[in-house]
Amino acid sequence: MPIEVDGKSLETDEEGYLANINEWVPGVAGVMAKEDELELTDEHWDIINFLREYYEEYQIAPAVRVLTKAVGKKMGKDKGNSKYLYGLFPYGPGKQACRYAGLPKPTGCV
Amino acid sequence: MAKTDFDIPQLEEYTETPALEVGTMAHSKPFVAKVQFQEPLGYPGELPEDWQKQAIDAMGDLLGKYRSLQVYLDSCVKCGACTDKCHYYLGTKDPKNMPVGRQDLLRKVYRRYFTFAGKYFPALVGAKDLTKDVLDDWYSYFHQCSQCRRCSVFCPYGIDTAEISMAAREIMARIGVGQKYCNEIIGKVFKIGNNLGLPEAALADTLEGLEEDVEDETGVAVKYPLDQKGADILLVTPSADFFAEPHVDGLIGYGKVFHEAGVSWTLSSKASEAANFGMFIGSYENMRRISMRIREAALELGVKRIIFGECGHAWRVAYSFLNTLAGPFDFLDPKYPVPQHILEFTWEEIQKGTLNIDKSANDDMVLTYHDSCNVARASRMGTEPGGQFMIPRNVIKAVCNNFVDMAPETIHENTFCCGGGGGLLTDDLMELRVKGAKPRMEALSHVIEEHGVTNMAAMCAICKSQFTKVLPYYGMSMDMIVSVHQLVSNAIVLTGQHTDEDQVSTGDEQVAA
Repeated sequence: MPIEVDGKSLETDEEGYLANINEWVPGVAGVMAKEDELELTDEHWDIINFLREYYEEYQIAPAVRVLTKAVGKKMGKDKGNSKYLYGLFPYGPGKQACRYAGLPKPTGCV
Repeated sequence: MAKTDFDIPQLEEYTETPALEVGTMAHSKPFVAKVQFQEPLGYPGELPEDWQKQAIDAMGDLLGKYRSLQVYLDSCVKCGACTDKCHYYLGTKDPKNMPVGRQDLLRKVYRRYFTFAGKYFPALVGAKDLTKDVLDDWYSYFHQCSQCRRCSVFCPYGIDTAEISMAAREIMARIGVGQKYCNEIIGKVFKIGNNLGLPEAALADTLEGLEEDVEDETGVAVKYPLDQKGADILLVTPSADFFAEPHVDGLIGYGKVFHEAGVSWTLSSKASEAANFGMFIGSYENMRRISMRIREAALELGVKRIIFGECGHAWRVAYSFLNTLAGPFDFLDPKYPVPQHILEFTWEEIQKGTLNIDKSANDDMVLTYHDSCNVARASRMGTEPGGQFMIPRNVIKAVCNNFVDMAPETIHENTFCCGGGGGLLTDDLMELRVKGAKPRMEALSHVIEEHGVTNMAAMCAICKSQFTKVLPYYGMSMDMIVSVHQLVSNAIVLTGQHTDEDQVSTGDEQVAA
């Protein structure tokens, strides 16, 4: 089902992930969050931006430990853990945050 | 936890056999694989016009290849022993989730086209034509079987519903009706080397990060080598071990054990996945192709041994089929079994006394252990019967002071599936996964109440991810689930490891300075 972002229609897959990562604009995260009834704060954006940077370098979302370590370094050790990330993204940082960031869904036994 | 649009079952003190509710799960089905996920596996992208004929031909082909399939389809006497044994039936009350109900979906078509009575007197023997409705039922209910084989333990004829489900999925894939979750993943294994699609550079970066973490924590440079030619041991582990929690804590543990045992080992970027979803979709050809990567990696790296990490179905494929799929492994050191399990390795080292263990490191936990179905019912470990039950428990008890087993009818060969095995660990089946976890959740709640259990250990990537996801639905914490080698990792005192006192004294010096 396509989503409407900034007046443009963007294709998504069955699970709501962007079909084409190159079409991502910041408005995508806003539209998806609104559907989930989630309000995006600066803390959410820190994660989304980190995911996009990591993906650009490695063509995959970061491992949970890589993500929590980066968050811990940037925002303080008390936030460098999965609980903090699940607090921000209740569907799971890997899956919900990746979707907002336009990344493909991590697949496998995760 | 995500919001739900289904009722979460109430946990009972003991699992009761529920009254039937017809069709409660008829709506449940995973996303169908699009053409781009079908073709790399050698399957067509959509249903062909003559799909009935092709499906029946495919069934005939499988009946010819696997004599067991025909025996299973022929030999059921409807005794009813299996009816209350499936976790999906117990959790959903849907009679088509009774193992015999599920088998009959395929059996009635088999009878119609492959038996004398079914060809000429179909109504007398419950034989049915293969119609689109039947195909839809197949797609729904053969993706409500986690191929855990619990029912087959109780069947007096040993009918294995897992094998029937595998055959049904293979027939469907051959007529263009494959499952997205499994088939997309298998495509990634062929293209990138693992289920996640984790490229070599990201894998190397992740492993480097682990080395830093372990050195920061212990002061010891434990290595997590990648593609190291000439190493003695190739470790093949699920890619979830690189990516997810608590899986990665297990991987850290494997590295510590190898380090203390003084052996040289390596991971491979080519065989950076133990899982073999070819088994879930019942495809011998895909299972073989996935397995060949391990052989190729072992040859290229020149290793002497192959050891598998904590992955349930991978151990079934490795233990039971690897030699026929990708053998002979005559180039490996004949002194060791091919392949070995990391738990066999660790247990041997514990018995030899090479590991310095401080059990009190796990004193903040009271543990129980979940037997993964493919390890419990489709493989073995060690040299003694039942080794697959005892070795994991022996290791846990060697590194933890507090261990309690769950009820006997829910462990060992009677173990209940986590609810996410067999290629069903996908968000589009969340209702099924939550409901299917009910019997295990009940057994777990029982030991929590009776014995103060705080954590459950598992040794399968799917089980760990499934429990992380479903525990919160039942009011329990996602981090209750731990890896077996996470417990080992906590308790190992590495040679030269700095202790808490060292750290305190370092702190004092800094203050003094």
